Amino acid sequence: MNVENGVHDPHYFVPAPSRWPIVGSSGLFCLALGAAFAMNSVSAGKWLLLAGAAIIIWMLFGWFGDVIRESTHGQYGKQVDYSFRWGMSWFIFSEVMFFGAFFGALFYMRVITVPELGFDSTTHDLLWSGFKEAWPVATGPKVDAYHAMAPWGLPAINTALLLTSGVTLTWAHWGLVENQRGHLKIGLALTLLLGATFLGLQAYEYHHAWTEMQLTLASGAYGATFYMLTGFHGMHVLVGAIMLATMLGRVLRGHFDKEHHFAFEAAAWYWHFVDVVWLILFVFVYCI
Amino acid sequence: MTAATETLNPIQGGHADEAHGHDDHGHHASTGWRRWVYATNHKDIGTLYLWFAFTMFIVGGLMALGIRAELFTPGLQFWQPEFFNQLTTLHGIIMVFGAIMPAFTGLANWMLPLMLGAPDMAFARMNNWSFWLLPPSALLLVISLFVPGGAAAGGWTLYPPLSLQFGMGMDLAIFSVHLLGLSSIMGSINIVVTVLNMRAPGMTLMRMPMFAWTSLVTAYLLIAVAPVLAGAVTMLLTDRHFGTHFFKAVGGGDPVLFQHIFWFFGHPEVYIMALPAFGIVSQIIPAFARKPLFGYHSMVYATASIAILSFMVWAHHMFSVGMPATAQLFFMFMTMLIAVPTGVKVFNWIATMWQGSMSFETPMLFAVGFVCLFTVGGFSGLVLSIAPVDTQMHDTYYVVAHFHYVLVAGALFSLFGAVYYWLPKWTGYMYSERMGKFHFWWSMIWFNVTFFPMHFLGLAGMPRRIPDYPLQFTDFNTLASVGAFCFGLGQLIFLYNVIHTIRGGVGKAPANPWEGSHTLEWEVPSPAPHHTWETPPAREVVEKGLKEQLL
Amino acid sequence: MRFPRALGLAALLPACTYAIDGKYTFQTPQTLIARDISDLHAWIMAVIVVIFIAVFGVMFYSIFKHRKASGHKARHFHENTTVEVLWTLIPAVILVIMAWPAAKVVLAQKDTRDAELTIKATGYQWFWGYDYLDHGFGFKSKLATPRNQIEDYHRDSKQKDAHYLLEVTEPLVVPVGTKVRILATSNDVIHSWGVPAFGVKQDAIPGFIRDTWFKAEKEGTFRGQCVELCGRDHGFMPIVVQVLSKDKFAAWVEQKQKEAKAAADDPNKVWVRDELIARGKTVYEANCAACHKSDGAGGGAFPALTGSKIANGPIAAHVGIVLSGKGAMPAWQGLSDTEIAAVVTYERNALGNSVGDFIQPKDVKAARK
Ligand code: HEA
Ligand code: HEA
Ligand code: HEC
Ligand code: CUA
Ligand SMILES: [Cu+2]
Repeated sequence: MNVENGVHDPHYFVPAPSRWPIVGSSGLFCLALGAAFAMNSVSAGKWLLLAGAAIIIWMLFGWFGDVIRESTHGQYGKQVDYSFRWGMSWFIFSEVMFFGAFFGALFYMRVITVPELGFDSTTHDLLWSGFKEAWPVATGPKVDAYHAMAPWGLPAINTALLLTSGVTLTWAHWGLVENQRGHLKIGLALTLLLGATFLGLQAYEYHHAWTEMQLTLASGAYGATFYMLTGFHGMHVLVGAIMLATMLGRVLRGHFDKEHHFAFEAAAWYWHFVDVVWLILFVFVYCI
Repeated sequence: MTAATETLNPIQGGHADEAHGHDDHGHHASTGWRRWVYATNHKDIGTLYLWFAFTMFIVGGLMALGIRAELFTPGLQFWQPEFFNQLTTLHGIIMVFGAIMPAFTGLANWMLPLMLGAPDMAFARMNNWSFWLLPPSALLLVISLFVPGGAAAGGWTLYPPLSLQFGMGMDLAIFSVHLLGLSSIMGSINIVVTVLNMRAPGMTLMRMPMFAWTSLVTAYLLIAVAPVLAGAVTMLLTDRHFGTHFFKAVGGGDPVLFQHIFWFFGHPEVYIMALPAFGIVSQIIPAFARKPLFGYHSMVYATASIAILSFMVWAHHMFSVGMPATAQLFFMFMTMLIAVPTGVKVFNWIATMWQGSMSFETPMLFAVGFVCLFTVGGFSGLVLSIAPVDTQMHDTYYVVAHFHYVLVAGALFSLFGAVYYWLPKWTGYMYSERMGKFHFWWSMIWFNVTFFPMHFLGLAGMPRRIPDYPLQFTDFNTLASVGAFCFGLGQLIFLYNVIHTIRGGVGKAPANPWEGSHTLEWEVPSPAPHHTWETPPAREVVEKGLKEQLL
Repeated sequence: MRFPRALGLAALLPACTYAIDGKYTFQTPQTLIARDISDLHAWIMAVIVVIFIAVFGVMFYSIFKHRKASGHKARHFHENTTVEVLWTLIPAVILVIMAWPAAKVVLAQKDTRDAELTIKATGYQWFWGYDYLDHGFGFKSKLATPRNQIEDYHRDSKQKDAHYLLEVTEPLVVPVGTKVRILATSNDVIHSWGVPAFGVKQDAIPGFIRDTWFKAEKEGTFRGQCVELCGRDHGFMPIVVQVLSKDKFAAWVEQKQKEAKAAADDPNKVWVRDELIARGKTVYEANCAACHKSDGAGGGAFPALTGSKIANGPIAAHVGIVLSGKGAMPAWQGLSDTEIAAVVTYERNALGNSVGDFIQPKDVKAARK
């Protein structure tokens, strides 16, 4: 994009004072306080949590409502468009780093910690005699037995689903660019369907793992990284799906044309990002 | 305080400067509390940030005085050890996340659009959110002091397994860090996009003010590492409540893993608190040397090098965890290497002063004080970077001395300089130069009295984070405590001077009160009107200033 | 090392820092490594002081000569590639010269091979435990300074000892001139085992063992403190090392072994309840009271044992949590079967609980599996 001063709107759009940010902050505050209370069995906790969540949902509707209104009223010029593009890219970069922390934890435990604990030597045998590491089924000296996930069942299907959804989304985007609305709608709906199926299968997988494979959050280095990585990924799929559903809603109302549809593209970037995370996850959590 | 802030930033009526054509604004400004709570104006939000930061500085400073009071003599006089640890922890967290970082973000908010010729920050509404996440996070920390078990007491570094032992206070600290991270990420995205996308025509990247450069690089660092910190504290949370074993050996986890993740964030974090200071000093020194910044290009490259290197040195905080020798050596060499680009900066500042026509108003005094004392702190950092020497110094007061030289005499002094430098632009009045100079010399003397002796304490082996100490450490501790109280007292002069200026100071300020400053913010009247550069400045205006800076 | 050492000493002489031991600078080094570190530091200080004087000499010259007040006019140069390359390269070269001797010391510090004596140092909240692995005995080393010298809330504390906060009930004893390998680990949180005079500092990480070594050159008593924040009494867990001649050390070891044998529990002994309760009280005070408090009331994150579901429930679960830990509760694998049987029995029949049952060491042994 144009770093060296390409576009200058004659009047860069600066929004009017808005109450949504402070609403959002109050919501997050309730959420944080509520969570801290709930985790320490203070009874007010869950009500605060609920209130916080409700406030946030209200804020999201209000805030994005404003943005959509401003956009459809043509208040966003070319330069604002660039801002949005930059903004979204940097946001995704921050998400990459967030996942990086968890992948880092996985690699570190797998390559350094677990082998060290299981290594036969005068030193660590003093503490954990008899522990022999065996990734993925024995990742800590004091972990209850569990079974590990096999990659070539559900996870492989899920991989295929997400990859396909990337394709259908791109196909929908072509529809938008070529002004073929029907095409666009079907593409979007298909993507959503694939995303929802993915989430359903993932939920099923969790249930199965938790109840039948004794694989829980407490299942050592493997259990922790498995649930945290796939869990945060799943949450991102959910958010992406909500974004796409919003886009579908807007498409049905006739929003977007082939020039102005950055909201759609942002959702698509996000979706592709979540896709890529899954691929890395599939390789490092399930396969290797 | 509201009365003061009202005057700090009066809404300009019709008499805006014609030359720049910002007569009417697309929307009406709100008034009263709504003006601040619903604000989308970068100047209002900048003002909020700055006052918030100063408040937190006082709060964190009072906690430091609590620490120093206890350490005045051996024995436990005032606090139970648990509470002492809470003081240390909250002092660190509040100063880092509540005082220094928001102050820099506030400055960026106020000054970047003015310096770059932009009508506002790129995302004005999100800008408001970045700010208004801070008071709730601070509130969470305050609440944590009153829950059963008290606030987090594991140091600002929150090392497990110790941090797994505390009660609800720790969870509140974790969530507070989450909100602070969110705020930092959004604030940084705003800064990056503003710098990349909102510059006036003619203001290319390699010609924009150094402060814009350092803000850009800092924001980039924050976007990269704030999520990593969020990840680290999330793992703490699940280890505390959901049975995971990230940091517990029984499940194949490792307490040292937390330290790796934390410092992967933490080391860039210390440059997040240093780079904007470099930017400020690079604005102030040329202005008062009446000479363009020496080696602009190498300054830019040095900033970038520091940022890149800062991702490769984190384990110098962990030399005593027992890493393999190869890792020790790698991190030692990389850490030492940072002295090269930092040295380039110091040399460039001195070359800027060389053959100048210098005068020493308060901003310049703080800038020169910064260069001297930051270098002292940098040198002690270099001593720490030598892994074997760090064996003796690690977790002693030598480290405390090191980081207060770079943080207080570094970040904080640069902030004082910035406030004096831009106060005329913000308020439309001149501050009292006499009071400013007094503030500088007072701070300079007592700062050194407080923190220089800590080097000796550290060399002699006094551990940090202890409420009581063996007798041979008494003298220097007493000295440091006296210094701390005097240093703190001096900050009241600063507060008074700022309020005095807001109320009229020593007279009206011209659009450009300094002879040697040529950046765009000095082209708008003082005080800066509520809306500036609604249409980008004309190319000649931009070029004129750039030519003065030989860019 | 000789050249930098001489230079460093020369630079430090004016400051007389070696004259006042342990106040302005390092404690007098007692090992080769500590001396290397001290020399490295001196040499680096010399380099730094020289650079500092040179750089700021230039700056202050400019500040005095090039001021507006004295009528100096600014000269508008703003670039010079040659000097910029120079002041990038010269510092880099200086750094290499600094890094070289440092790297050698790192390698020496890390070389724990061929130790003649291995001691495991375990950090507890808030004292140290030492196990002489080669000799089969161990002991705990706790702060000896009386509480009433420390707590000064009412200005009535006693005169403080000369070694206030640096005195322990029983120091670590090592022979002179012997390479001693320390295996540092911890029972609960991270502590750090450091003795400045030996140039040693090693974090003690729960669940892991990290080693370091030293070879003391002189007999005497050397002191350090825990140097990693470990909670409430972090400031109150000193480390004292007594260096004895090899003969005295051998005699000491012999005596300790005898004591240990005398005190050892016969694992097959069958205990009666009251014996276990009495024994359990000492185990409890030594290990558990730090968190659960002497009266079992707990506090903060630490649950009360008085009336606790586990301490009043099935005994197997009680033994289980003590053996394997949970959350912030450490796993007490390091206690003997007898000690665990005793402390569990104590908790169930004292501290306000009166379950009435008890457990034999051999059952604890079985539960360990
Ligand atoms: C603004 C913040 C800031 C800055 C800029 C720095 C800068 C540096 N820091 Fe510091 N540091 C902290 C904040 C900062 N630090 C904090 C907060 C901690 C403690 C955290 C905690 O544990 O709580 C810490 C701790 C810390 C440690 C760990 C100590 C320990 O716990 O054992 C180390 C070790 O290597 C270190 C090294 C350095 C180095 C090498 C630099 C270098 O960047 C300095 C470079 C500058 C110079 C060297 C001076 C100028 C250069 C010249 C004039 C050129 C010529 C010079 C030569 C060739 C010698 N720092
Ligand atoms: C980021 C910036 C920052 C700043 C600005 C400061 C400022 C100060 N710091 Fe701190 N400090 C840290 C960051 C900072 N610190 C960090 C990260 C740690 C590590 C924490 C940890 O170990 O986890 C630390 C730790 C730390 C310690 C070690 C504690 C320990 O190990 O137990 C000490 C001890 O002296 C200390 C002292 C001070 C003092 C005296 C000031 C002074 O400069 C403060 C001056 C300000 C005021 C005093 C308040 C304003 C004035 C008034 C309100 C007027 C009224 C005053 C009077 C009546 C006297 N700090
Ligand atoms: C480092 C602090 C610490 C020490 C020392 C400690 N404990 Fe604990 N203990 C805890 C914590 C924290 C818990 C709560 C664990 C949980 O439920 O997550 C606990 C729980 C328990 C419980 C279960 C109580 C209940 O009702 O949940 C028992 C029994 C117990 N400890 C016994 C002991 C014994 C015996 C010792 C000494 C040999 C000991 N503890 C030493 C911290 C400690
Ligand atoms: Cu043990 Cu600090
Ligand atoms: Cu660092």
